[in-house]
Amino acid sequence: MNALLSALPPGFDPLLGVLVIPLVFAAILAMLPAYRISAGLNIVASLGSLACAISLLFARPPPHEYLMVDDFNIVFILLNTFIGFTTSTFSASYIAHELEIGRLTAWHLRFYHAMFQLMLFGMNLALVANNIGLMWVAVELATLTTVLMVGIYRTHEALEAAWKYFILGSVGIALALFGTILVYLAARPVIGEGMDAMVWTTLVEHARDFDPSLLNIAFIFLLLGYGTKVGLAPLHAWLPDAHAEGPTPISAVLSGLLLNVALYALLRFKILIAANSSAIAPGPLLIGLGLLSLIFAGFMLYRRRDIKRMFAYSSIEHMGIIVFAFGMAGPLGNLAGLLQMTMHSLTKSAIFFTVGHVAQVKGTQRMADMGGLTTTHPLLGWLLVAGVAAIAGLPPFGVFTSEFLVVTTTFAREPVLAVLLIFGLLLSFGALLLRLTEVAFGEVKGPTGPVHASYLPVIAHLSLVLVAGIWLPPPLVAWFQHVAALLG
Amino acid sequence: MHGISFDIAHMLAGFLVLLSFLMLYQVRLLPLLHVLAAHAFVLALSVAWQAYIQHAPHLYITAAIALVFKAIIVPVALRRMVFRMGIHREIETVVSIGLTMLAGMALVALSLEVMLPLTAKAEPVVREDIALALSVVLIGLLMMVTRRNAVSQVVGFMSLENGINLAATGAQGMPLVVEISVAFSVLIAFIVIGIFLFRIRERFDTVDIGVLDEFRGGQR
Repeated sequence: MNALLSALPPGFDPLLGVLVIPLVFAAILAMLPAYRISAGLNIVASLGSLACAISLLFARPPPHEYLMVDDFNIVFILLNTFIGFTTSTFSASYIAHELEIGRLTAWHLRFYHAMFQLMLFGMNLALVANNIGLMWVAVELATLTTVLMVGIYRTHEALEAAWKYFILGSVGIALALFGTILVYLAARPVIGEGMDAMVWTTLVEHARDFDPSLLNIAFIFLLLGYGTKVGLAPLHAWLPDAHAEGPTPISAVLSGLLLNVALYALLRFKILIAANSSAIAPGPLLIGLGLLSLIFAGFMLYRRRDIKRMFAYSSIEHMGIIVFAFGMAGPLGNLAGLLQMTMHSLTKSAIFFTVGHVAQVKGTQRMADMGGLTTTHPLLGWLLVAGVAAIAGLPPFGVFTSEFLVVTTTFAREPVLAVLLIFGLLLSFGALLLRLTEVAFGEVKGPTGPVHASYLPVIAHLSLVLVAGIWLPPPLVAWFQHVAALLG
Repeated sequence: MHGISFDIAHMLAGFLVLLSFLMLYQVRLLPLLHVLAAHAFVLALSVAWQAYIQHAPHLYITAAIALVFKAIIVPVALRRMVFRMGIHREIETVVSIGLTMLAGMALVALSLEVMLPLTAKAEPVVREDIALALSVVLIGLLMMVTRRNAVSQVVGFMSLENGINLAATGAQGMPLVVEISVAFSVLIAFIVIGIFLFRIRERFDTVDIGVLDEFRGGQR
């Protein structure tokens, strides 16, 4: 690997690569009219970002005023670029079909591909930002691009979903900005005026001297603001619509990546709060919101008729579990939260990949109109079964490991909360299996035409989740433990 | 930073809160847009004043954006849109105006109650400005909740955003303020263009969120 690195041109910074590659390709893709070439270039660009992210593992640039890489965000940069890459390969086969049936035109695709790269740029920037202002701008950019893509089909429902997402997302990021300003106000008397008071690395160093009451209020605003983007229960209204009405590759990145990015932003601020001993403990707030999301989504899952909408509610449920785990905190709680974030991203995006193809074959997203998938399309059907089994938390998949960790650490410390947690988990488990049996087994319903699916991304994701469930490599565990300790 | 410069900053911020209240009871769209323009104009004055007393010339850019984009371009564009859609004469059904005003007052009281003790140690300008800015933000949120028409929701969002700009400029020496106000302007431009495109394509009979809700339906 070092030999490979030395072969790179001197002065090449992989950190910049993660940002510049998507940005440059967004511009190129906006200008290319041929959709086949752009779909290919989209994959190439995503692969390039992934390669840069991997090389960050070996050579990490020192943090500066705007950008940084540390142990915490490198996990997410890797995850982001990896899922970005797999989604781009899935997207290539997905949009070919959409073009065929005339749901999208070549002009739409040009826009779509440019926005895809711009969105990846926004998310990567949010992850590597060493500056709370820059991070906010990046989250806004990622939101804007996804809004545009959710509305791309221009149907009533798609426009409604995009509008709702837009308004709620805007209010969310506006509140987050207010929280960011308050953090600056808290930091200013200690660090002094200017850029330093917005840089993570200096903020964390001095957090213990900040005015705790200002930090508390700031955290409330940040929780409401970024929490809207995470899709926590009372603030989730945009999430199911945005997932159901947009193109499926976008549903996959929304669930798999954007929710994580918003949560990452929130966790960064949690580190700040944790460093100040007189500030409020964010635990109870996170636990409350997490449990509410988990149980609410559990009940909502039973009433879903639309398959993408159902998995969107399942994302709310999982965000609930994750936020709950970070609320329990402690080395084990944080570890479980981090693991669950990773596992959920991989599994949920894999599920959306299969669901996208299923909906294309059946020509509908209504679950009542699809059935017997394992008999008509064995590979697709069984991959869906595996994905749903994984997301429902069945062993031997990785989600089971992380949920098991959450439950055991909760039982050891707060048995009452553990009962509620298990209730929520079982609730959604039942709903998912109920629907899965209809769609995957049961009598054959709907068209049974051939499918031109790209199975590779799904298989790659699910096998990673499976491997993680059976055996986590010790260096990875040590890494997660180290980050969990950072989170306090 | 005492005496008259403080009083002027304080007065402009207070004026912004007053205009927010004015928005709350404007049930017709055209007068609402006029108030929005006035709101942005006062914001521009306030930011320019902060730029002057803080000796921060870059804040003049934010003030110019507020003046040109928010006080002129957006209200004019929205006004044309309202005429094109033929909703300029419509009276919006709002939750009882008296009740909304009372709620607005409660929100101002809340934000003063919350923010003043917190910022007690900061300089007076910062202290009052943040409290008043929070009032503007909360009244903007209230407006978005009580209105059903997409245009007035956008107006509510813009007033909310003006409040955040006020806070950002009031927080002395905050970097990236200009960049953030540019980012926000892009966001608003997208919202306005969004409504505009929806209308041109005539996907909706009205841009009323209540109508949009029906499409979601119970069976999905």
